[in-house]
Amino acid sequence: MPLITCKDLSLGYDGKEILHGLGFEVCAGEYLCIVGENGSGKSTLMKTLLGLNQPFSGSVVLGEGLKKNEIGYLPQQTQIQRDFPASVLEIVLSGFCGVMGVKPFYTPAQKSAAVRNIERMGIPHLKNRCYRELSGGQQQRALLARALCATGKIILLDEPVSGLDSKATAEMYDIIERLNREDKITVIMISHDITAALKYATNILHIGGEIFFGKKEEYMESSVFSNSFGGEKV
Amino acid sequence: MILLSVYLFTRFLNLFSEYDLAVRLIKKLGIADIFDELAFYFKFPFVRYAIIVGVLIALCSSLLGVTLVLKRFSFIGDGLSHVAFGAMAVAAVAGLTNDMPFVLIVTVISAVLLLRTGQNAKIKGDAAVAMISVGALAIGYLLMNVFSKSANISGDVCTTLFGSTSILTLNKTKVWICIGLSAAVVALFMVFYNKIFAITFDESFAAATGTRVSLYNLILAVIIAAVIVLAMNLVGSLLISALVVFPALSSMRVFKTFRSVTVCSAVISILCALSGMLISILASTPVGSTIVVVDIAVFFVFYLIGFLKAGIKK
Ligand SMILES: Nc1ncnc2c1ncn2[C@@H]1O[C@H](COP(=O)(O)OP(=O)(O)OP(=O)(O)O)[C@@H](O)[C@H]1O
Ligand SMILES: [Mg+2]
Repeated sequence: MPLITCKDLSLGYDGKEILHGLGFEVCAGEYLCIVGENGSGKSTLMKTLLGLNQPFSGSVVLGEGLKKNEIGYLPQQTQIQRDFPASVLEIVLSGFCGVMGVKPFYTPAQKSAAVRNIERMGIPHLKNRCYRELSGGQQQRALLARALCATGKIILLDEPVSGLDSKATAEMYDIIERLNREDKITVIMISHDITAALKYATNILHIGGEIFFGKKEEYMESSVFSNSFGGEKV
Repeated sequence: MILLSVYLFTRFLNLFSEYDLAVRLIKKLGIADIFDELAFYFKFPFVRYAIIVGVLIALCSSLLGVTLVLKRFSFIGDGLSHVAFGAMAVAAVAGLTNDMPFVLIVTVISAVLLLRTGQNAKIKGDAAVAMISVGALAIGYLLMNVFSKSANISGDVCTTLFGSTSILTLNKTKVWICIGLSAAVVALFMVFYNKIFAITFDESFAAATGTRVSLYNLILAVIIAAVIVLAMNLVGSLLISALVVFPALSSMRVFKTFRSVTVCSAVISILCALSGMLISILASTPVGSTIVVVDIAVFFVFYLIGFLKAGIKK
């Protein structure tokens, strides 16, 4: 049984539909890339998967005993005030908030897990630094560490490399791939970088205009791909 | 930390009630006059009540201040306090002797409604706050004017708006209500500290990963309303925002983590309220505005410290 099954989803805002008849599934261990042009509804779809938006119709079903508080999330942009005082550790720890339920305080085990996740992202030296004084790439890693605290099963990433330079981008992709390969975390990632999508993903969901869902290899053969990226050398 | 400061403070009060000792100590220091006068005032129970209540209120409002400033809800204090003002007017007209429970309920309901509109409503958060705030103010004043039996309406209104002397006229019941309410606020804040941080920092992440955001927003709204009703007793409804916002802004100049900012603003707020009250007793100035002026002064000091700190780093 898949971790997430979407049937006949119809999405939009204020009665205006932007996506229609969308169906796909994500199984444990897969690496799904969602591609599509700006404004095609990728972030909206991700928010629907997370239960932040209600679909007009259709359903999102979580399978294999996946609970709502076992999903990690890295938002496209986090609207954080420029003057928000918070250390990296405080932010990473807040990833446990959903798992805790009504319990008020973090356990020592959770605290050490948070520190481990920060180390996994390669930023142990930034643990006690103020979040807002970090660079974009460092902030992104801190938020990924937070997402890892929320889950050991599946992680949803909305354009995790936007705004990063090529070195940081490569490192970010590397970290995500390791999470998928070594830690067996299922990845759903939105990306504009079709080269990276084709390099790392096992499955592709293409939305906007034509919809395609299937294995990466099938996607590369499909007309959806050649219509959208036909001119591009991959 | 917070409990410790409360404890130390009560110890400090004890010291003053044994004022003979204090006076003897202080006479040696040569500033006996001021302390004589203070010691004289501390003999009156209502002054001691006022100080205890004042410190508790300052503590509560500063705890909430950090979250409100960061959630861009600085003005919700203003809006709610005007609602509380309107409710007080209604209570006065209805002839309720103990208006606190009624005012509290009305304010809690408005807080819940206001925080809800913050998320997705036709009327945006700040506009809703402005509407409710001035509406309640106008209705409250109108009611007081039309129905009040008191001869000195403008005096009454002024007291409710600026808190002037009301802190010194607290009776024992009210003091106990204040103490109970602030203990509840502090306890709730500590229990929900981590959740409050999570929904303040990134509400959609918290919701996405299974935190019951609307529940905690509701709890936050209730706490805020309680703080507002409390703080009206100290500084009156027009000055509440200052009590909520200044300590948080001051400590944000200097500190960089949520925990240190929260602790620091609690300490600042307590010290400012304490010195403000002492000054107002000695100089017979209005309590509320004196406290706020001290808060403003401290803000500039912290602004300067933050400025110097940044300069040194460069
Ligand atoms: N809160 C909202 N209210 C109304 N319409 C919205 C809202 N958020 C997004 N939209 C609209 O929905 C459409 C899809 O937006 P979405 O953010 O899902 O696109 P996207 O595929 O993530 O784009 P990008 O690649 O730029 O991130 C856009 O046309 C946008 O204008
Ligand atoms: Mg997007």
